[in-house]
Amino acid sequence: MQNFEYANPTTLNDALGLLGSAWGEADVLAGGTDLLSLMKEYIHSPKRVVNIKNIKELGGISKVGSGLRIGATVTLDELSSNAMVKQMYPSLAQAAMEVSSPQLRNMGTVGGDLCQRPRCWYFRGGSGLLGQDENGKSLVATGENKYHAIFGSGPAWFVSASSFGPALIALGAKVTLQSATGKREIPVSEFFVSPKSNGEREIALKPNEILTQIVIPAAGKNANYEVRHREAVDWPLTAAAVNLTMAGNVVKSATVVMGHVAATPWRASQAEQMLTGKTINVELADKAGEAAVANATPLSGNSYKVQLAKVAVKRAILKAAGISI
Amino acid sequence: MPEYSWPPMNKRAVMGKSFDRLDGPQKASGRAKYSSDLNKPGQLFGVFLHSPHAHAKVKSIDISAAKAMEGVTAVRIIAGPGAELQWAGAEVAIVSAVREEIAKDAIRAIKVDYEILPHVVQEQDLSKVGSRAKAAGEQVTGDPDKAFKEAAAVIDGQYGCPVITHCCLEPHGNVVQWTGGTVNLWPSTQAVSSIGGDLAKQLEIPATDVKVQMDHVGGGFGSKFPSDRWGSEGAKLSKESGGRPVKVYLDRSNELTIGGVRPSAFAKIKVGANADGKIIAWQSESWASGGVGGGGMPPIPYVMTKIENFRLNHTAVSLNAGPARAWRAPNHPQASFLTCSALEDLAAKLNMDPWDLFHKNVEMSARPEVYRKQLVKAAELMDWKKKWHPRGAETGNIRRGVGLGMATWGGAGHASKCKVSINADGTIEVEIGSQDIGTGTRTCITQVAAETFGLPMSAVRVKLGDNAFPASGPSGGSTTIGGVSSSTRKAAVNALEKLFERVSPGLGVPADQLEAVDNKIQQKGNPAKGLTWKQACQKLGVDRISEMGENVPAQAAKEGLNTLGAAGIQMAEVEVDVETGIVRMRKMVAVQDCGLVVNPKTAASQVYGACIMSICSGLMEERVMDRVTGHVLNDDMEFYKLAGMGDIGEIVVHMDITPENDKRGIIGLGEPCAIGGLAAIANAAANALGVRVPMVPLTPDRVLAALSSDRRNA
Repeated sequence: MQNFEYANPTTLNDALGLLGSAWGEADVLAGGTDLLSLMKEYIHSPKRVVNIKNIKELGGISKVGSGLRIGATVTLDELSSNAMVKQMYPSLAQAAMEVSSPQLRNMGTVGGDLCQRPRCWYFRGGSGLLGQDENGKSLVATGENKYHAIFGSGPAWFVSASSFGPALIALGAKVTLQSATGKREIPVSEFFVSPKSNGEREIALKPNEILTQIVIPAAGKNANYEVRHREAVDWPLTAAAVNLTMAGNVVKSATVVMGHVAATPWRASQAEQMLTGKTINVELADKAGEAAVANATPLSGNSYKVQLAKVAVKRAILKAAGISI
Repeated sequence: MPEYSWPPMNKRAVMGKSFDRLDGPQKASGRAKYSSDLNKPGQLFGVFLHSPHAHAKVKSIDISAAKAMEGVTAVRIIAGPGAELQWAGAEVAIVSAVREEIAKDAIRAIKVDYEILPHVVQEQDLSKVGSRAKAAGEQVTGDPDKAFKEAAAVIDGQYGCPVITHCCLEPHGNVVQWTGGTVNLWPSTQAVSSIGGDLAKQLEIPATDVKVQMDHVGGGFGSKFPSDRWGSEGAKLSKESGGRPVKVYLDRSNELTIGGVRPSAFAKIKVGANADGKIIAWQSESWASGGVGGGGMPPIPYVMTKIENFRLNHTAVSLNAGPARAWRAPNHPQASFLTCSALEDLAAKLNMDPWDLFHKNVEMSARPEVYRKQLVKAAELMDWKKKWHPRGAETGNIRRGVGLGMATWGGAGHASKCKVSINADGTIEVEIGSQDIGTGTRTCITQVAAETFGLPMSAVRVKLGDNAFPASGPSGGSTTIGGVSSSTRKAAVNALEKLFERVSPGLGVPADQLEAVDNKIQQKGNPAKGLTWKQACQKLGVDRISEMGENVPAQAAKEGLNTLGAAGIQMAEVEVDVETGIVRMRKMVAVQDCGLVVNPKTAASQVYGACIMSICSGLMEERVMDRVTGHVLNDDMEFYKLAGMGDIGEIVVHMDITPENDKRGIIGLGEPCAIGGLAAIANAAANALGVRVPMVPLTPDRVLAALSSDRRNA
């Protein structure tokens, strides 16, 4: 780990003033569950680390209109145990609990979940965000890719590591990104991007910005389902989040988003269309699962994930509808 | 000749009783200091530069920039120009610095020019390894071709288990200091008495000049015998840095890359049987790799060694990957998995309950009666007859199944010397150059001494983990408990005889008529004529009694103190979600035979741990090598997956503690219990799914592939 300057501001303005204009100048530290290992492995070698855990305004969960505002430094544990979150957004509470390590839930933050770097073993091994050899050839495509993307057209084949991304997109949430010169609010669906080069990032955040809060509107019936190899702490193989706006027993509109299947959370519009105007049952959920993966393009070693994505969608739909799996 | 034999089973007060580990509270609270916890005054940190290439030659190496860095005290080249490196992670150079971070930065400043050579790192597909395959030659017994023709049922299967690592929680490494003539070594080792001599040889100094001390080991599993580069290079760094102590420990990535592996094992197996299930022919073409040295043939057919007709072919595959080290029962889990998987498939072909097939064929093992009894016991504990069903009987999305696996092992005590002293205050000191690798060795030695002296555990202090103590063997091959218990027993009996001689005149009872029981020394069977233990020891005045005892393996069986031969049956019940291919453990049963059990609790604890290791290798654990870069891709605890609490299920351990087994003396247990579980889990999945998943661990991709290849599901 290279030496760095450590800053511990107590106001958002101070923190924003400490950020750099390019990646590599400063890294934001919240829970540290990702940043520390990135630094130890020399994947990130920031000149300055800015701790934002002591900035009060970045914490807290509060009512905003008919929705909720969730501060960036709210921990996974705070999120999953919050009564309003559990009642309004079970998909989020479930996603937090699926991070099945109390240590990670106690330290990790909601903002950190969205900003964490991919777990791709080529990226973590030092071959750049896109996992390429020195000639720019994808190591992922030619090498070992059982945990990689089954959607997208490259060149990014890692999967977004975020646990909350799919649920927040399904819920229609927005994130606030603030810099010293102003702030912007964008839908979470636009926060995740598929980078085209190693110099880019997989999120829309700029080096001089801090993700300060998430605002979620009122939601329908929502649920999250993860397919995890281990019951104990493990990255999901696939996940899905569903938000259903109901008219009685009939689905008025549906949002279905898959996780861990592409460089960003992946919207399953065909599944959504299939659900709209219908009453949910096991057969329909199964068909929606099939529709969700119809356009999957697996790599050499991960076609099994297509089946797992289908199952995640099916089960998330059933879970949201309150039908036992 | 003193009487060393164990007191009769029904007369023992301490041995054979369950005690918590004496160092348990220390370990649970973090007060126990492993060598990796040590921070000596003035200590430096040593960090290796590892080869980034799986196969390369060093063309040139420039350490000047690293040497010039502030805080760096020494830089040593391990692989100079011309050296060929055979795996990614191989040590190229080492740096010592005042802080670990500085040492890590410094190795990045070393410039190495490599000539990159072609590598092979995957062996699952034997047709793709080219010249790396080396056939071992054919072994034939009887007439397998004829027997296969006559067989009522023949199966052809292919099975495989990949390389796994030891994954010691305390990684490999040591703190070492070379001042003047003496080297002080604080290692993490399974061989306290021999590691000093090994290091002395590397350093070309007399063995007398290496002092070894170690209180605890955070896991070894067979991978921690030699002094290794962290010992010799660490010592040289220390010397070059003016004798300051140097701490060299592998980080997790390096631990998983070069800390040692269990070789893989793959085989195409053909087995033929009569209509009644009796196996009459076996044919196997196996291959294995444990790194550049290839990999030997697991002992197949396993347990049923008396099959009349067989043909064996084996191919060792040399890979550019971190080398093998002994892994808890070397080659046995692989052999058990290959053999028992094929036999389960054979039973399915014959429409037989595999339990019946195994029960019938243990006739061809060395200990048929033992296995039969164990099969009965295990079936009872698993409720096998109720749970087993023919393949294909389960048709829902969640399918359950049961399977079994077998084990055999030796486990006789190693050479061991021990010194036992009786102090005038009545306390007992045991000094032994052994190590407690987490198995409860300290506790068991204490029990043996307390039993011999008729004293409570609290009267005994065991000192181990120091090569100044009488030499005791390395902890390998499940030989420790037999070795250290026997040497302790003999030293304690010898010391007790001396004490009897001291108190005999005063009591007016001949020394050979005395016994030590219940805190007393008394005339045999006559509590009225005796002294309390304290009174007896006070007679020593300023003296103390110190006596030696020795376990000599060649004599041990004759003395009845320890012997060999452990058999085991393990059963598993799993539940498979056929939509996701995820396999979950429901229950494991381990029926384990062994001899005299010193401490049933620590013994059972060994078996629990072994079952959990089997669950790991059965369901999730494997080293993933990258065909392109030749690197270990899952060199971390995220993707090198081990079971957590939620993945384990229920484990039922049954130790065969019987007067009959007790008479055999002590037999080691560390390894036999780590063998049969893998096969049991693989077979349980086959039973649940109705189709064989050829390769473990049973990951979702493999399970789903097996299901889709099964015609009934297509």
